[in-house]
Parts: sequence; structure tokens; C-alpha cells
Amino acid sequence: MAAGVAAWLPFARAAAIGWMPVANCPMPLAPTEKNKRQDELIILNVSGRRFQTWRTTLERYPDTLLGSTEKEFFFNEDTKEYFFDRDPEVFRCILNFYRTGKLHYPRYECISAYDEELAFYGILPEIIGDCCYEEYKDRKRENAERLMDDNDSENNQEGSMPSLSFRQTMWRAFENPHTSTLALVFYYVTGFFIAVSVITNVVETVPCGTVPGNKELPCGERYAVAFFCLDTACVMIFTVEYLLRLFAAPSRYRFIRSVMSIIDVVAIMPYYIGLVMTNNEDVSGAFVTLRVFRVFRIFKFSRHSQGLRILGYTLKSCASELGFLLFSLTMAIIIFATVMFYAEKGSSASKFTSIPASFWYTIVTMTTLGYGDMVPKTIAGKIFGSICSLSGVLVIALPVPVIVSNFSRIYHQNQRADKRRAQKKARLARIRVAKTGSSNAYLHSKRNGLLNEALELTGSTEDEQHMTKGTSLIESQHHHLLHCLEKTTGLSYLVDDPLLSVRTSTIKNHEFIDEQLFEQNCMESSMQNYPSSRSPSLSSHHGLTTSCCSRRNKKTTHLPNSSVPATRLRSMQELSTIHIQCSEQPSLTTSRSSLNMKSDDGLRPNCKTAQITTAIISIPTPPALTPEGESRPPPSSPAHSTNISTTTTSNIVKVSAL
Amino acid sequence: QAQTKFTKKELQSLYRGFKSECPSGRVDEETFTLIYAQFFPQGDASAYAHFLFDAFDADGSGALCFEDFVGGLSVLLRGTVQEKLNWAFNLYDINKDGCITKEEMLEIMKSIYDMMGRCTLPALRDSAPAEHVELFFQKMDRNGDGVVTFEEFLETCQQVRRLGGFGATS
Repeated sequence: MAAGVAAWLPFARAAAIGWMPVANCPMPLAPTEKNKRQDELIILNVSGRRFQTWRTTLERYPDTLLGSTEKEFFFNEDTKEYFFDRDPEVFRCILNFYRTGKLHYPRYECISAYDEELAFYGILPEIIGDCCYEEYKDRKRENAERLMDDNDSENNQEGSMPSLSFRQTMWRAFENPHTSTLALVFYYVTGFFIAVSVITNVVETVPCGTVPGNKELPCGERYAVAFFCLDTACVMIFTVEYLLRLFAAPSRYRFIRSVMSIIDVVAIMPYYIGLVMTNNEDVSGAFVTLRVFRVFRIFKFSRHSQGLRILGYTLKSCASELGFLLFSLTMAIIIFATVMFYAEKGSSASKFTSIPASFWYTIVTMTTLGYGDMVPKTIAGKIFGSICSLSGVLVIALPVPVIVSNFSRIYHQNQRADKRRAQKKARLARIRVAKTGSSNAYLHSKRNGLLNEALELTGSTEDEQHMTKGTSLIESQHHHLLHCLEKTTGLSYLVDDPLLSVRTSTIKNHEFIDEQLFEQNCMESSMQNYPSSRSPSLSSHHGLTTSCCSRRNKKTTHLPNSSVPATRLRSMQELSTIHIQCSEQPSLTTSRSSLNMKSDDGLRPNCKTAQITTAIISIPTPPALTPEGESRPPPSSPAHSTNISTTTTSNIVKVSAL
Repeated sequence: QAQTKFTKKELQSLYRGFKSECPSGRVDEETFTLIYAQFFPQGDASAYAHFLFDAFDADGSGALCFEDFVGGLSVLLRGTVQEKLNWAFNLYDINKDGCITKEEMLEIMKSIYDMMGRCTLPALRDSAPAEHVELFFQKMDRNGDGVVTFEEFLETCQQVRRLGGFGATS
């Protein structure tokens, strides 16, 4: 039941009183009104634009976001309004839907943006009113086609797929000449030979000067041998090409049935038939006619020309209009031919000897050719002839624009596809630049981390602050994330600097460098947030020059220390880090944990009070055998590590609970 | 407001609902039938809607305005039992001549049964409305003159005490 009539429901129920006196059975009890609330205004703030409406208006559709309690998530306590960070223009339409029951689709909106908004508010697009539904569907279909085109061209231009068999590569080379130079060469060679073949066919028939004997011979007979050789060469090339295509085709049966292969076969058949039949003089006449089929070689050009293919496709798609054109023409021809025949029957020596003979006249007249070989002589004939030519113009002019518009639409689609491909290339290039930019930033900060470590070892801590670049909070969080990924996979991003070439080093080096980065990050972040509380943590940093994962823990504990604005993002990152760390645990061997002891002790109490209780998780990492490790404090008791592991397990639980 | 039994706030919300459903402020019979039909998707409510429309359209203007709407509603929801019965009688009395004939009753009954539609349990018999009318007339028509006047109607209904149901529909 549409919500529009929901307002009339009390009316209908009241009118049901009319049934009372005649009712056979007593009426059922009416449902009682639960929480009869006074209708109140609610304010919806969408990106600054305030909309107000009654609560009951929104509750008409309880399965949408605004109609259910889901909107409570967006309730802003301070201003007592619902704030949505979405497009106010589209929201106008959506609110109107609640008010009137009809969802309209504004023409100026982009279809995908509109779809997104509808999805956000939990409204199904099928509810769009009839007035706007067609427009919506059209736009959606266009968009889908565009996406499909995109995907298709993407798939076609996919990079090298190494697992292609020889046959598949050949097929791809045939279909897309741009995939390799060999394919391109092949493409041009076949194109050249097609042209040669067509030109020889044409030139063969040109009269080429006289032979003694006063007879004009066509070139074909004069230079028969030369032409024969040319023909042979072309046909050989075509045959080879056809056989190669046949071999490479993924589905031979389908290939044989396709139009292009039929054209290929028809193009080369006459030659072979001619070879077979040269001895028999009787059928040489038939053989000559077969040569006509050689002209079909020109259709082979359609593989080379996009425009030809579009034309062919258009004609195919306009088959119904063409059929109609043909049918109406035929009708008109028959009618007019009959009329003309009977009109001209009386006149003497008239060329209109029979109705089929008049067909020729009718066709020539209707298409406004007017050869003049057949002309009506009687007055009636002339009148009907003029009517015929007038109607011819009309009949032909009607279906033609349809075909033209189809062609134009398909042609523009192709243009659009090409343009999109070019744009996509540019876009990909831009994206690549951006990516390299960000990865460079990451590697740069890594390098800084290493330098920091070096500085620390030398004891010049004052310079640390100089070394840390002013990377933003977001950047440091991003780097932290990349770092976690590195840790998870055990790989590392490629560093240009050979000194820091991490790829070739062992995991421990990874750890080492990573830790430095973490340290740097910690320092940066803490520094950014809480300059005041720096010093104690810094000092503990110094104590811990180990590159152990406790640093990570430190990072987390720092946050609670300093912490109030542990932004949700950061805490999630912590959680993810910790999660990753927990998962790594089984794979790595223990011991580094022992090195953590000193710092851990100091940090423990902090951790306990931390909100992010997954404070100390020591990932057992392989011992650092690098020289830097020697400066670390001596390992502590293994008991400590067990301790830590228990906390780890408990923390694991806490992670999931969080 | 003086004529109806609604409070100001109720009138406000009723008017808002009415106006948003038909912005022009008047409901003609076609629209009314369409709206009413939406409540009974299985059957054909057009006949009954016609009768209802006539009953609501107190001034016979051919279109329901807000006054008609609210007047009818006030009787049905807040009126006394007598007023409600009066309204029901008015509904059944198609030609508004003060008495209900058997034909009128049959028409109304048929229209009510039409609203149910074909898919009922037990299956609808074509004679059901007529039987129902017979039953009704036997009860109502005291003096057996073939028509039911308002007094007879009132008496019978009050006797039968189905009126307890009336309060529940508001």
C-alpha cells in the first residue's frame, strides 16, 4: 500500500462503521495505539543545509535509513539535529519522496552519484516514479554499457599474460595487430596483398593496347603470365593466412562459421577451382564467372578498417528498418508497375510490354534516376509516372534517417571508446607518478629512520629532532601501515639506495630498519602531539636501542600516555598492528623478548592503565646479529618472556573483543 | 472547529494530511475511489466507495472538501452512538428518502461483498448478498412494510448490542 494513502487509512477505518449494522459476526477489536507520540519536527542537517520535516513523514518508510532507528547514528547531541555529510541537492529529491511518495530522478544529476545516494539512504531505485523511470533506466543502461566497454578494452589491453600457449598468442596477434611487431608486420603485409589483388583484378580488364591483328586486348590476356603469377602469389598468401587463422582459432567450428572466414574462403576458391578446371573447356565459361567472386577480397579490408566494420555492424543492427524499406518499396513498385502497364497498353510501340518490364521503369523513377530508356507516352501514363516519382522520394526518405542515426550512434560510441582509452592512459600515468611519489616518501622516511639510528648510536640525540622531517600525522600513519604490511609479508619495499638495500638482507635487518622507522614515527607523532611529555619517553628510548618489537609496544603505550586524542584511526592501526604481530608470533623464533625486559618493566605500569590494553606484545623476533645489536642491554630472564607471552595471549583475546 | 469534536491540534494534523494527499483541497469521486480501492486490493471497492462518497459528501457538491471530510470523521470517531447510527443509516439510504428499501440494501450488500473479492473462504456464493439482506430485513423490519425506517433501524441496532464494536473502531 502506498504511503500516500496511509493518511486516508483512519478515514477508511472510520467508514467501516457502515458495516456494523449488517455484520453477521461481531467485529474484531481494533488494535490499540502504542506510544501515541505527538508529532514533532526533526531537523536534518545535510552538509549545512537544514531540512525540517515531521517525524511521522519520515516514518512512513521504516525500511529506509531515515525511517528507521538507523538515523540515530547521525544524531548530533549538541545541536539536536541529524547531520548527514552528503549532497544536499540529491537529498532534496529523497526528502520529497518521503513527503509525496514519489521518487523523482533529476536530469542534471549524474547517474552513479544518484545511485550511491539512494544506496546510502536505503531506497531501492525501483520506486522511482513513472515520470522519471525511463530517463533513469536509459542513463543507467548507458552507464553500464560504458563500463562494459571500459572493462572490455581493459581486458583486451591487459599486459603480458605469460601463461598463453603459442596458439593463443597467435590468435591474439591476429585479432589485435598492436600486440606485437610481428603481428603488425603481418597485418600490413596482408593488407598490401589484398590491395594488390584487387588492383590486378581491376587492371586485368583494361584494354591494353593492340596486338598485331587489330584487336584490342585487355591487359589480362596480353600479359597473362604476369597476371597469373601475381594472382598465384596473392592467393598463396591468403591461403597461408587462412590456414594460420584456422589453426590459431580457439573454436574452430565457430571460426569457420564466422563472416570473415567465409569471405576468405570465397576469395580464394575461384583460383583453386580454376586450377582444377583449366583442362576442361566447357566449363571455362563458368570459371570466368567464378572470377567475379574474387572481388570479395575487398571485403577482407574490413579487418583492417574500423569504419567498415562499423558500417557492417550498423547495417546488421538496422536490419528491421532495412527490411521495412525493402518491403514498402516492393509494394509501391508492384502497384505502380501495374498501373503504368495498363496505362501504356493502349499506346503503340510502347516499351511497357509486360508488368515485369514496367518494374524497371518504376524502380528507375522511384529512385529518381530517370534513365529515359522507358518513357510513358500517353497522358494517363505521364500522370501516373509523375505520381510515381513523387511517392518514390517519400518512401525512400523515411527509413533512411533511422539508419543514419543508428550509424552515428555506433560511430560515436566507438569514438568515445577510443577517447576513453586515451584518457585512461593519461590517468594511469598520473596515478603511477603519484604512487611513485608516495612510495618515495615512505622510503625517504625509512632512510631517515636509519639515519636516526646512526645518530642515536653516536649519542648525538639533539640532532634527532633536526633529522625528523615534518611529515604529517596522516603520512606517518600511512607509513606505519606500510610498515605493518612489510612486517606481515616479510618483504620490503625496494629502496634505491644500495646502502639501504633491504631486499637482499635477512629478516632481522628488516626488523632493525623497521624499528627505527617506528621509533621515528613514535617520536614524530608524540612530538607532534605532546611536546611536553617527551623527555621521559625519549630517555627510555635511549635505553632501548634494540630493534625489537617492543618498540611497537612502546608506540602503543606512548599513546595512552600522551594520549587523549588517540584518534580512532590510530587506535585501529594499533589494533591492526598488534593483530599482525600476534599472527606473526608462531612463525618467528623467540628471544628478542628477553631484550625487552628493561623497557618493559618501566612501561608495564603505564600499559596496565592504558586503554589499549594490548600493550605489551612481544613478537619474538630473531636475534639481531647486526653490530648495532651489540650495544643493546643484556638479555633478561626467560621467565619474563613467558610472562609476556601470557599477556600476549590475553591481549589477543582483548584485541578481538575490541 | 465548533462543529466538530476535534481539538485544534488534531484538526491541524488532519488538515496537513488531507492537504498533502490532495494539494488542490478537494477530492473528486474518482480519486476517492482510487484511494479507497488501495485498501482492498483483492476485491472491487468501487461500488462501496461510491456509496461512501455520497455519504460523506454532505452538501452534495460532487467533491469532498475538508469540511465534509472532517465532519464525517468527527461523527464516526467522536460522535454518540446515535449519531453514528444516523450516519450508517444515511449511508444505506442511497436515495436519501428516509427509508431503506430492500433494493438499496441489496446494492449495499453486494458492494460490500464485492470488496471481498472472489478468493474467499468459504467460497462466495452469488446468492450470499441476497440471503444476508433477507436476514437483515427480518431483523430490522418491525412492521413488515418492506422498508426500514430510521426508528426501526435504531431500535434494532441498540437491541442487538453490537454497538460495543463501535467504540473499538475509533
